[in-house]
Amino acid sequence: MSSTSAVLQERSTEPGAPVLVVDDLRTQIHTPRGDVQAVDGISFTLGRGETLGIVGESGSGKSVLGRTIMGLYTTGPTMTITGRVLIAGKDVHALSTTALRDLWGGDVGMVFQDPMTALNPVKKVGVHLTESLRKHRGMNRAQAAAHAAELLNLVGIPEPRRRLDQYPHELSGGMRQRVVIAMALANEPALLIADEPTTALDVTVQKQILDLLERLQDELGMAIMLISHNLGVVAGRADRVAVMYAGRVAETADAATLFDVPHHPYTEALLEAIPRLHQPPHVRLAAIDGAPPNMIAPPVGCRFAPRCRYAQPDCTAAPPVLDAALVRGVADPRHSFACYHPVNAGGQ
Amino acid sequence: MSELTQVSTPPAYGQAVDAAVSSPPGRRRRRSGSPWGAAALAVLGVAGIAVGVAALRGANGWLQLAVIVAGLGLAYAGVGRLLRRRFGAGFDLMSWLCAGWLVLLVLAALLAPVLPLGEHQDLASTLDAPVFARPDLFSEYPLGTNNFGLDLLSRVLHGARASLIVALGAVAIGLVVGAALGIVSGFFRKATDAVIGVLTNSLLAVPPLILLIALATVLDPSLRNLAFALALLALPSVVRIARASTMTFVQREFVLAARAMGASRMRVMTRELLPNVMLPLLSYAMVMISVLIVAEASLSFLGLGIQPPDPSWGNMIAEGEGDAFEQHPHIVLVPGLVLFLTVFSLNLLGEKARKRFDPRQAKL
Repeated sequence: MSSTSAVLQERSTEPGAPVLVVDDLRTQIHTPRGDVQAVDGISFTLGRGETLGIVGESGSGKSVLGRTIMGLYTTGPTMTITGRVLIAGKDVHALSTTALRDLWGGDVGMVFQDPMTALNPVKKVGVHLTESLRKHRGMNRAQAAAHAAELLNLVGIPEPRRRLDQYPHELSGGMRQRVVIAMALANEPALLIADEPTTALDVTVQKQILDLLERLQDELGMAIMLISHNLGVVAGRADRVAVMYAGRVAETADAATLFDVPHHPYTEALLEAIPRLHQPPHVRLAAIDGAPPNMIAPPVGCRFAPRCRYAQPDCTAAPPVLDAALVRGVADPRHSFACYHPVNAGGQ
Repeated sequence: MSELTQVSTPPAYGQAVDAAVSSPPGRRRRRSGSPWGAAALAVLGVAGIAVGVAALRGANGWLQLAVIVAGLGLAYAGVGRLLRRRFGAGFDLMSWLCAGWLVLLVLAALLAPVLPLGEHQDLASTLDAPVFARPDLFSEYPLGTNNFGLDLLSRVLHGARASLIVALGAVAIGLVVGAALGIVSGFFRKATDAVIGVLTNSLLAVPPLILLIALATVLDPSLRNLAFALALLALPSVVRIARASTMTFVQREFVLAARAMGASRMRVMTRELLPNVMLPLLSYAMVMISVLIVAEASLSFLGLGIQPPDPSWGNMIAEGEGDAFEQHPHIVLVPGLVLFLTVFSLNLLGEKARKRFDPRQAKL
């Protein structure tokens, strides 16, 4: 894509400074039945051009994490948020509403799960794209339209000029998700939060969209937070992966390490549960027994213990902390897990 | 084959078809019957209307009316069939007639001051005009005159101005205020919603006619005040519809997406929610206009709305009080029929629009 560099100039951030810093983030949702600790003490950093995959089953707090980082959730009557989130050096939860609006769509973009509902059915594609260009960059109508067409071209939509005049229902699901991505990228964000970007799409389109995100990352150098319940989606795309369970990180490591030597029993169980093509037919999938815990009264100690096949009495005493894994006796700073009885640990 | 034809024609017109159609059965089409039959039906209907209007001028008025109505019915059946043959079975003549009537009425009402119509208001200028003249399309007074010799056609059209201005004005006010309140209460919920909810529910709790009568005693009956009073009637349901559809749309991801793009709350409400909420509201507005036309007519009938000699459909109907209706039925029939046709058309088209934009079917 030769026109890309002309359209989207490089963002000037000093090298090495992380785009996203999350420090002991906690989101507590107040419901009539009690408080839900949806995100419970999560910390990580994400640098330029890096991709962090967040995986976990439904209700593990992935989406709440994404939206809390974004600043879409704030402390109020229904929610309490503690901890710190820095995006491009700005403390998201300390910003004023106006400053937040400048941040959203500017420094950080978000891609949503369902392209069928993420676009307003009565607004043309062009309006979706130009609104934020005009707000954040002060472009006039013609400039914004020209730029919007280039954005559509960037995300691989043919005949962009014609598409600008179409309504969302005139596009296919994959096309719509491309438009949603183009919207998120309109102002060259430093950070892109993709919340299940491919869940509502069929498999071939999934691959196209993921390839597109990867290509755009190479071209624009943004950091991506890729949230998914699908390990397969995250596998080839993320540099690092964090496995979430019941609001906490169970294990985090470089993607290759995590898939080769998972230490946390939950990660191991997730990997075993992936259906494989060469499996003999009519064999039961290795599912994880039980259901995710009730988050109003989560289990004491390790939250995975009730479903864990290696669980010991000490698992339910106190919650395990996230510790660095040992590789031949040396701590690996990039791989950590929270478990008293890790798997695959002896062989290292 | 001929049995099939009889089965598939609408039962009400089946006999008329048999009587009118003389072509051999083999040439009949299954669905729409022979074009000649339909054409004959239409010609027969038009002939009936012509006879009613022209030949029976001196005869009993009720007979004349019956012949004209029968002629209209036959013409409708025949023309409907011809047009269905031409444009396919989905062609809905009734909707087109309704739309045509409304367009005609609005145009005539708009142009009433410049059209060559008789006197509608000034009693002094009609001292020598015939009183209670019978409707006769070929006379100087096509729809007759009232007890003061004022021309009914002119009064009906000037009355339409009043009715339409009041009803449209009231719906416009109700729509703007109601949509704003509904969207705000559906968007912010909590205390805002509670306050607006109490207000709309208390408006709904007051019986509409009593509310109108009470308002009419305090305000003077000008067009503007009438529109405001009727807007109060339209308001609660508009607020409820706007609030309910706001609440469904606010859950959609595009609202979150707009916020994540940096849109302010005001922008979300006006740019994201309003266009979506407007669709069901506009189709509801069609029906609301007809309700308010009737409400205005009721008020004027009771003497609380537009004051005679200014014409309004309601106070024209009220002129039939006492012996007038018995002896000169056209005094009531003319404005009554115009009112009926207008309300019928608005309801039919409004219902069609509602089906099209029903919020319950609005999935994307």
